[in-house]
Parts: sequence; C-alpha cells; structure tokens
Amino acid sequence: MIALFDENRHLIEQGASPVVNAAREVATEAFARLGIPSSKVEAYKYTNLQAWFKATYRFTPTESGFSGNIDEVFTCDVDALESYTVFAVNGRYYEGSSYTRLPEGVVIGSFAELSVKHPELMHKFYGKLAPADADGVVALNTLLACDGIFVYVPKNMVVEKPIQVVNILTGDTDRMVNQRNFIVIEENAQARVLFCDHTLSNSRFLVNSVTEGFVDASGNLDFYNIQNQHNGVVQVGGYYFNQETKSVLSANYFTLNTGVTRNNIFARLGGVHAENHISGLYLTDKNMHVDNFSFIDHAMPDCESNELFKGVMDDGSTGAFTGRIMVRPDAQRTNAYQSNNNLLLTDNARMNTRPQLEIYADDVKCSHGATVGQLDEKALFYLRARGIGKEEATILLMYAFAYEVIEKIQLPGLKEQIRLLVEKRFRGELDKCDSCIVCGQLNDKILNASV
Amino acid sequence: MATEQDKLLEEVTNREYQYGFHTDIEMDMLPKGLNEGVIREISQRKNEPDFMLEFRLSAYRNWLKMESPDWAHLKIPEIDFQEIIYYAAPKKKPQLNSLDEVDPELRATFEKLGIPLDEQKVLAGVAVDAIIDSVSVKTTFRETLAEKGIIFCSMSEAVLEYPDLVKKYLGSVVPPGDNFFAALNSAVFSDGSFVFIPKGVRCPMELSSYFRINAMNTGQFERTLIVAEDDSYVSYLEGCTAPMRDENQLHAAVVEIVTLDRAEVKYSTVQNWYPGDKNGKGGIFNFVTKRGICKGDYSKISWTQVETGSAITWKYPSCILMGDHTVGEFYSVALTNNYQQADTGTKMIHLGKNTRSLIVSKGISAGKSQNSYRGLVKVSKKADNARNFSQCDSLLLGDKCGAHTFPYLEINNSTAKVEHEATTSKIGEDQIFYCNQRGIDTESAVALIVNGYVKEVINQLPMEFAVEAQKLLQISLEGSVG
Repeated sequence: MIALFDENRHLIEQGASPVVNAAREVATEAFARLGIPSSKVEAYKYTNLQAWFKATYRFTPTESGFSGNIDEVFTCDVDALESYTVFAVNGRYYEGSSYTRLPEGVVIGSFAELSVKHPELMHKFYGKLAPADADGVVALNTLLACDGIFVYVPKNMVVEKPIQVVNILTGDTDRMVNQRNFIVIEENAQARVLFCDHTLSNSRFLVNSVTEGFVDASGNLDFYNIQNQHNGVVQVGGYYFNQETKSVLSANYFTLNTGVTRNNIFARLGGVHAENHISGLYLTDKNMHVDNFSFIDHAMPDCESNELFKGVMDDGSTGAFTGRIMVRPDAQRTNAYQSNNNLLLTDNARMNTRPQLEIYADDVKCSHGATVGQLDEKALFYLRARGIGKEEATILLMYAFAYEVIEKIQLPGLKEQIRLLVEKRFRGELDKCDSCIVCGQLNDKILNASV
Repeated sequence: MATEQDKLLEEVTNREYQYGFHTDIEMDMLPKGLNEGVIREISQRKNEPDFMLEFRLSAYRNWLKMESPDWAHLKIPEIDFQEIIYYAAPKKKPQLNSLDEVDPELRATFEKLGIPLDEQKVLAGVAVDAIIDSVSVKTTFRETLAEKGIIFCSMSEAVLEYPDLVKKYLGSVVPPGDNFFAALNSAVFSDGSFVFIPKGVRCPMELSSYFRINAMNTGQFERTLIVAEDDSYVSYLEGCTAPMRDENQLHAAVVEIVTLDRAEVKYSTVQNWYPGDKNGKGGIFNFVTKRGICKGDYSKISWTQVETGSAITWKYPSCILMGDHTVGEFYSVALTNNYQQADTGTKMIHLGKNTRSLIVSKGISAGKSQNSYRGLVKVSKKADNARNFSQCDSLLLGDKCGAHTFPYLEINNSTAKVEHEATTSKIGEDQIFYCNQRGIDTESAVALIVNGYVKEVINQLPMEFAVEAQKLLQISLEGSVG
C-alpha cells in the first residue's frame, strides 16, 4: 500500500493542499506501523479486514473513471425528497452536480478544491477527529484520499431543505476508492445531511471513506447514511463526530445491501449538555457481513446519549456490533443508554455483539442491553390464526421489529421511502439498489417474471 | 447530606484490613526460582508417579512459550517469576488423629479466622480441608464421607491413592497449556482439594476448604478437581483470608469441575485475600482459572462468588455446556475499594442442545478502584434452543472509581435466545433521602441498599457462607454496610 502511494505520489499530491499532504507524511509512518487491521486487533475482532483488502483493485486517485451525465443514469431512491443534491462518483466530487441556489454562506462542494481555496479551514478541521495514528484504515485514507464532499453551514444558518450526498460507485474495472468528507455545522446552525451509497456497475469496489463531522455549540446535525450497494462492495466507513455545548447530533445508519460493511462511528461529547442519538438498522442475507462499531465518548458532564442498533440476519450472513460507552472522569450527571437487538433467521447466520460500558464517574445513569433471538412463535401463531400466511406474517413481524429504528427518521419523505425499501428488502425484491437503471431493469425483469 | 456521605465514604476508604496477622511455623522450602529442576524436585518431594511429572513438565514447556495476558482492564506490575518460592510445606507434619496434636499456633490461626475446626463442626455439618500454604494439614469427616464412597482429600493424597481418577480427569477441563497462569499452575501446583462423588450419591454436607497464604513470598498454586458422577450432587465451599503483607504475592489457582449425567455441582467462593493498604501498596494478585464442564446430559454447574479481596483479581469461572439439557449458572458480587482492581466474569459455552445459562453479576466500586465485568456467551452452531440471560449491574460509591462492562455475545444458531442487560449507577440521593425521612440514618440506608443490591447473589450461598459473605462485605465497606 505504501508502495502504491509512492508510485502515485505525484498524482495524489498534485493540486492538494499542503496541510493535507503534510498529514500524508504522518500517515505513512502510522500505516507502516499499524497496517490493515486483522481480527487480532481487538476493535476488529469480528471483521478481518486483511482478508478483504487482499484482492486487487484499480487505483486511480485523480480521475473518477466516469464520464457522462449522472442524471441520465441515476434517479434518486428518495425521490419524494426535495433536497440539495450533490454527487460523488468513485470518491470524487462530481462537477455536474446541479442544485438550486444554496442559502447564503452555505458551502457544499469538492473537498480537494476547498482545501486549496481555504487552507485555514483545513488547518482547523483536517484530521482533527479521525485518528490517523491509531487506526490503520484511517491512516490509509489519510495517505491516499484526494477528494470527497465538504459541507459547511455557517453560524446561525438553518438549512431548511436536506442536503443529499449521493456516493456512486461505477466503472468497468474493480476499483479502490478513498473518500474524505467533512461536515461542519457552526454555532447555532442546523442542517440535515443524507449520505446515500450506491453502485451502478457490477465491478467490485473497495471503499475506504472517512467523514469528520463538527457540530459547534447549539448546532444541530441530523445525519443519515443509507447503504444500498451490490454484494461485491467492501466498504469501511469511518464517521467521526465532535459535539460542543448544547449541540444535538442524530446519526442514523441503514445498511440494506452490501458485500462487507464496517462502520466506525465515533462521537465525542465535548461540551456540556450535548445530546447524541445514534441508531442503525442492518439487514443482511447471502454472505453479507455488516459490522457496526460505535464509540460514544462522554468527555463532559451533563450530556445524554441514546443508541439503538437492530439487525436481521438471513442466509449465511454475519452481523457484528460493538458499542462502547465511555464516561470520562468528572463527566458527572451523564445519561447514556444503549440497546442492540438481533434476529437470526437461519442456522448459518451469525451474530456477535459486544455492548460495553467504561465508566469513570459516579453520578451517572448508564445501561446497555443486547439480545439475539428469533421471531416470537406466539406472535407468528397469532397472526396465522387470523388468516395471514406464514411468509406474510414473518415479514410483518420483521418489519415491526425494524420499525423502531425507522421511526427515528425525522425527514417525512425519507421515512416513507426507507419504510418501503425495508419492506421490499424483506420481500427479497431489493437485490441491488432499487432505482438506478441497472438494477431498476433487473427489478422489472423479476416483476415481469413473477407476473 | 452529601458531606455526610462523603465522610462515610472516606471512612470506608481509610478502612484497613482486619485479618492481617502472620503465623510463625517452621517452613520447609525450595529456593526461589523456577526451572525444570525445581519442578522435578516438587514432584519428587511429593512422591508423585511419573505421569504427574510428565504433566508438570509439559505444562512448564508450554508456559515458557506463553506471555502474560494483557487484554484485561488491569494494570499489572511486572511479576518476576524467578523471585517466587514454588514449594513450601510445614516441616513437622502433625499426626491428625485428634485436634490436640495440631500445632497450637496453627489452631490459633484458625480460631482468629473463625474456622470451627473441632467437634462443633459436626453439628455445623461442615467438613473442612484446611490448607496452610501448600500442604493439607487437617481433613475432617473423611470417615463419614468415606462411608458413602465420597472421596474428599488433598490433591497430593489423591495423586498417590487414586492415580487412575486423577490421571483421567486432571487437565481434562483446563489443559496444561490453557493459559499463562493455568500453565504455570499445572507446572508447579503444590496442593489443593480433590472431590469425587460416586454415582447416585448426594453429598450429605457442604464440603469446604480454607486457603491461606502464609509464608513470605510463597506463591500459592492450588489445584482443585471435583468430579461428580451420574446422579450425584455436591456443594463445595472455598474461602480465603490472607495475612497482611507488604510485598505483592501471586496466587494462581486452577479449579476443574466435571459433571456427568444428571449430576450437579455448586461451587461457592468467598475471597478475601489481602487487598493492599489504602495507598495501593501490597496485596495479593489473584489470577485464577476456574472452569467446569457439564459433560453428561441434564447436568448442572453453578458458580457463586463473593470477591472482596486481592489487589488484582483476574478470574473467569466458566461453564462448558457440552451435554444436552445442561445448565450453567454464575452469580457474582465483586467489591473493590482503594486501589483494588478486578476484571472478573464468566464464559458460558453452549455446545449441547437445549442448554441454559444464567449470569448475575453485581459489581461495587469504591475509593479509587477499577471494577470490570468481562463475559462471553457463545452459542455454537449445533446448540439448538440455547437460552441465556445475563444481568450485570455496577454500583459506584465515590467519584474516583471506575465500573466497566465488557460482554461478548457470539451467536451461531438461530434458535438461541440470548439477552444481556447492564446498568451502572450510584446510590441515588433520593433513595437515601427516602430512608432518612423514615428515621434510618445514612449509614444504615447505604447498608440497606447495598444489601438489597447483592441479595440476589448472596441468597445463592449456603447459609454459613452467606453469613460470612455479609461479614466480609461489612469489613470491606464498613460504615456503609450493616
């Protein structure tokens, strides 16, 4: 990997901000030391990334490998949503992104471009949350990433419409993608940001993305990640948030389809009276593997966090969850709750869960709960006794199980859409991303066949 | 009220160990250090058969290749294994026909510990295998037990008198190369208890064994083996108090339990080794491997522990639920104060069908201590209808201590039902206030709440032990527990 960097160094570094390039130096050393984490690294116990990083992928740091009009090949999953939409194709900001005029001061654009235009922003934010010296994957991203999306909402600005970032993977060759995103919500500002991850071609992809999110005092960020990719995708998504005084962060992760997904979700409550809500829903089948790793760091007193992750594992798929709540010394009057519930549908499906509490202050209320089980036989019987077929009853109950997470969505259009996607997913009608042309056609075929 | 509570907590924190005394008995010791020669010497002095020497040597060779585990949430100072004396025995082994022949000083020690090692024991219905350092010096009620065919003796005797049984079961649950400390134990263990309950026998009394670390710098390496044949039952008690000591001492015991069809073993521990003084100086390192295997169908193993002592506790009593319809239980109260550290919990490995396990863990942290629960519930692919419930609560007394929970749930079967719950909190001021209003002073209120909090576990202990457990909690948290 380092050789890869050396080879492409001029390409990667050209046009990038000196701050970003300086960070690569540190990352080189860190990556040489850490490497890609194997399952021997405690945090990656249930996801051996080394195995997934072995395959060969094409690496083209400067070009997205895509030309054409994105609007022609892609229509949005969440079409009911009126939003500012931008595209990232294979990790690079797509120049043709079109949206109506942004509110004044709001910036949504290419990270590469911004890093050159505004080096002072880079000084302030770049690498401040994602630990390039402690996690091999972050180090690798720091080493190789050239572009990504930058979302900036200035002080006191309330962005009414959601900001939608559509991350598209496409191209005829197998590809490695390193993407670096930033979300900055300044004091008293509010925004809703939606990341949708899609694949448009059948090539295999290795995605290593890092997103750093800063929510300043009294800021409010409502963040969503919807992952609907094909089974040839290996994605490591690092999401690192910092929250200041009285800020509110809600982050919701929906993994509907993927090959291998590992989400690293870190939230630091760095100011008093901050509020944090993190939730996730992962539906796995075939040989999918989804590992959600979360770390909620209560660094300051009087904060509250709520975490809910739910999963349904079918076929030979594997789910994993790690949720650590850390309450630092003197982070008194902390309330932290966490819950992880899982359904196993077959004997080949597996679930590993590690809910963890690490508490160094005494005036706290912390709890976690984790369950692994199956659908309630009695509930199934109840429905069947009322004339609902077994399959339908099963779907109904699974859907009810998942709904607790869907309910947390605060965007009405998105909520409805996810609700539909989840239901379709349970019916096995959502093999790949639903509304892109490639799979859209596939779905039509399936529908036609069944008629 | 807050200041009153602070005052109480301070009293608790400043509380010193009450059982610190040292018995002067002439000791027969090997020099410090560990090598193959020392192991051969231990084996020879104990007149062990060849298979035991082989067992020890293979463990030792494994141990040489291993490293001290560092994954626990503990700060363990470097241990120099060459500075430890691996064998120490009282020189004059007393004849044990009557109590009068027992070394008076030894008897005085037991008196201080409150072990009724005399005829009153018959009324109490408890047989005692008392161990000072490494060699068993007194075993009572052997004859009563022998009538039923129950073997309850020291490990050294068992090796000589029942070599077949020992050979068959020793190391079958905790193999010689299991982990760093178990391997060390397998190589150098000096003594311990051996219990064998034959088919269909229900042991008429609680078997109990007191351990004491006594001589300076003597590592204690007990080895306990309990075998319960078909349809048998035994309840075994283990309890410890250790004299005050400035240097850290290592205690690496191994306990193995085997239950065959429909057998049940209940293993209770009250652990009160010297925890170090209030500045964190001294104290015992308690690195214990305890594991039971429910080999036969419908068998059951139940672990109950009350851990109040030791500077560092590293202990995970586990159950391997191999037979169908087997049951594993784990009840634990772990209390840490001052600079104590505890990383304790259990492993429930579900292999058979229709297996059940229950985990109830109650941690209490005070002073500047760190208290962690670490547990694994694993349901293997073939373990249909496995059921587990875990409840891990932590109570924080003071704002400088830590309470942590690290459960691992690994589920490979869709018919499994696994639940884990954990809560962490301190005693609410409203709870104290409620008691105060009703004329209960703060001290008694804290006692009341802590008692209620640990009751679920204490209830699992046999009567005599429950009383002692309450006593130990009192000693460790005096001023808060009544």
